[in-house]
Amino acid sequence: MTTAAPPTAAQSRASRNRARLLRTMLPALSMALILLAIAWLNPRAISYFGFSLMLNLAIPIALATIAQMFVITINELDLSIGTFVGFVGCVTATWLHDAPLLGALVLLASIGVYAGLGALIHLRNLPSIVVTLGMSFVWQGLAILLLPKPGGSAPDWLKGFMGLKVPFVPFPIVAAVVIALVVHFALMRSAYGTVLRGAGGNPQAIGRAGWSLLKTKVVMFAMTGLFGVISGMALIGITTSADANIGNGYTLLSIAGVILGGGEFVGGRVSPIGAVIGALTLALAASPLLTFMSIPPDWQVAANGVILISVLAARALISRKGA
Amino acid sequence: MTDPLRSIAKLDGVRRSFGAVRALDGVDFTVLPKECIGLVGHNGAGKSTLMSILAGTGTPDSGQIAINGAAQTAWSIQRARALGVRCVFQELSLCPNLSVAENTRVSHASLKGWGGAKRAADLIRASLDQIFPGHGISPQDIVGDLAIGQRQMVEVARAFTVTDDPLHLVILDEPTSSLDAQTARQLLDHIRHAVAGGVSCILISHILGEILDTSDRVVVMRDGKVVADEAAANLTRSALVASMGGARLHAKTNRTDTQGTSQPIVAEVQAGAAHGPIGLQARRGEVIGLAGLAGHGQTKLLIDLFEAAGSPRNGLSVAGAVALVAGDRQTDGIFPLWSIAKNISIRSLAALRRGVFIAADKEAHLAETWRDRIGIRTDDLDNNILSLSGGNQQKALFARALASDAQIILMDDPMRGVDIGTKLDVYDLIRAQAQQGRTFLWYTTETDELDNCDRVYVFRNGQIVAVLNHGDLTEEKIIQSSFAEVTA
Repeated sequence: MTTAAPPTAAQSRASRNRARLLRTMLPALSMALILLAIAWLNPRAISYFGFSLMLNLAIPIALATIAQMFVITINELDLSIGTFVGFVGCVTATWLHDAPLLGALVLLASIGVYAGLGALIHLRNLPSIVVTLGMSFVWQGLAILLLPKPGGSAPDWLKGFMGLKVPFVPFPIVAAVVIALVVHFALMRSAYGTVLRGAGGNPQAIGRAGWSLLKTKVVMFAMTGLFGVISGMALIGITTSADANIGNGYTLLSIAGVILGGGEFVGGRVSPIGAVIGALTLALAASPLLTFMSIPPDWQVAANGVILISVLAARALISRKGA
Repeated sequence: MTDPLRSIAKLDGVRRSFGAVRALDGVDFTVLPKECIGLVGHNGAGKSTLMSILAGTGTPDSGQIAINGAAQTAWSIQRARALGVRCVFQELSLCPNLSVAENTRVSHASLKGWGGAKRAADLIRASLDQIFPGHGISPQDIVGDLAIGQRQMVEVARAFTVTDDPLHLVILDEPTSSLDAQTARQLLDHIRHAVAGGVSCILISHILGEILDTSDRVVVMRDGKVVADEAAANLTRSALVASMGGARLHAKTNRTDTQGTSQPIVAEVQAGAAHGPIGLQARRGEVIGLAGLAGHGQTKLLIDLFEAAGSPRNGLSVAGAVALVAGDRQTDGIFPLWSIAKNISIRSLAALRRGVFIAADKEAHLAETWRDRIGIRTDDLDNNILSLSGGNQQKALFARALASDAQIILMDDPMRGVDIGTKLDVYDLIRAQAQQGRTFLWYTTETDELDNCDRVYVFRNGQIVAVLNHGDLTEEKIIQSSFAEVTA
């Protein structure tokens, strides 16, 4: 213990801001590290074609991560997002292809179910973990009923859209930037987005300012449903056919993506840009390209774990210094 | 005295009960334009409940609310804000994850669309500059990073910002509690300035000097009623203290000091440490009261003592096992899924073992013994704890502490919301247990209960500021010590 003079207000603000900046940069830094590692393993991967291949499945993951981020903003958790993405995938590959109107109605109704869950969780004061864990079996069951064995086929317009070729920059990167910016402006800059984040930070204060807390829950769960639907459709647009279990891994991946991107489980502290970067980082570390570099798939899963733990450790270290 | 047509806000016959506790018992309250009302009263007098009803966050059981002479039927927060009534709550209402500007935006629905963030920042900066010149807060600062005093400044400044909704009345509940002397002065000056500008204010404070200096009129509450309503100019500090405490005469229990000072000290807080200039000693067999306004460090001292029993700490010494009776039953006390018997026995499991298992017969015997001794009203101790009434749940928590091997019992305002019958039972029990050599440290917000204590320590701002022996104990003296003379 040394006895230092107490820092002045200006000094402490400067160090606080430095820690905050470092924290904000952490998701980008971790992705840069992964990219460096890939470049070192195989320099040719850092190319238009390489990125298109490595980030092939990154967009559905990024969308599912954003979906998860909405509920985490209001201190809830969605354990059903993975099977929900799978269910949406099955609807997309069957009804949306064969009877577009019915398919669209079913997908809209499923967003309504999410909104209803938000209302139920708020009104009955239920733990969202339990409710969504239950729902995960419901979505899974519906998906299996709809598509007992892998098959179906994506609507052509969807395949066309997901296979879009953009000059110079691979499509997944363009899509990721668009998703991150749209959600950033909606949640971080708009007036109601501020209220929604406030509802995660101090619900009582939001209530006392005259806002409906029920509405914040319903809106956030509906947004989760909406992005879950887009994620499932994007996934089928890439894979072109569906399987009832296709999204099962997304639940934990999406939670990891939010946390990797600088979000916290409670307190309304989230970052849409960070969440998208987090999702891309996880997708890169598990990309099929690594398999061709003779890195076995088992190690890739472990790599994701190692990345997550190191980033969280680095964040804890920064926070302690900043405090 | 007041013309209802001229009033900004008028409450008539407002009543509100929380379970067995009557928080407001028919209160009439009027706010006139361009006036500052000082609202004072001891713990649980009903000030905060009354203000939450006026601000629309609480609903009265009965009574009328009229704003600008118009009776309000569907009174709510939204309605209150639309009609220009704002409240700075005692527990701060800022979102720690948002910036200062964003918190301002949240409280003004009109700050939307492009440029809303910038307008919010300008608005709060202007308000902070006006009220607290030299505040050193940037609108971009995240509230969670600010010191508690700065947060209070933001909260106050936010209440005085105006966009679309009018601003007629600002309620300030203990606004200076975390401010230093200079900022508190700035705030009080601003209140006078705002009142001169046509905004009425209600100021709640435990610092009587600032109430008398700042207010035009002072309203005193006691036991859910308004007991005095006077122009501040006609009041003195001692008159205020007298009306808060009332002229209630206590039939003092005649207690002979049988224990004397020969008994060993079992718990001690040394003077000069974190708990202030006066030390605390508790001897074997004594009942020690901890008094003062709620939240001034009494609970913290109890927890510090509890922890000191396990591992010695600076300035605190505790000799013997301790047990804590929690005040907030629902969060700190009961195990809501367990039976009554299990709730009682949890503190004594070590004594109930047979081998590595808990002996069911010993456990049942312990629970039955204490049911009879303390009078828990149930026919089956295996029923869920929630099947009991609030008072009986509290008895079960007492049974838990008293059934244990602890010689020192710490009580954290355990009688909150308990009916009078239970209280009298428990007082008798505490005295009987003290006779047998147990020591009680008893934090209570009810002045009447202190009459059961051999000695009372009064807390203010986390420190012990006065010690009163049983013979010298009067409500007036406690209030005198609880309320600071001037802005600290």
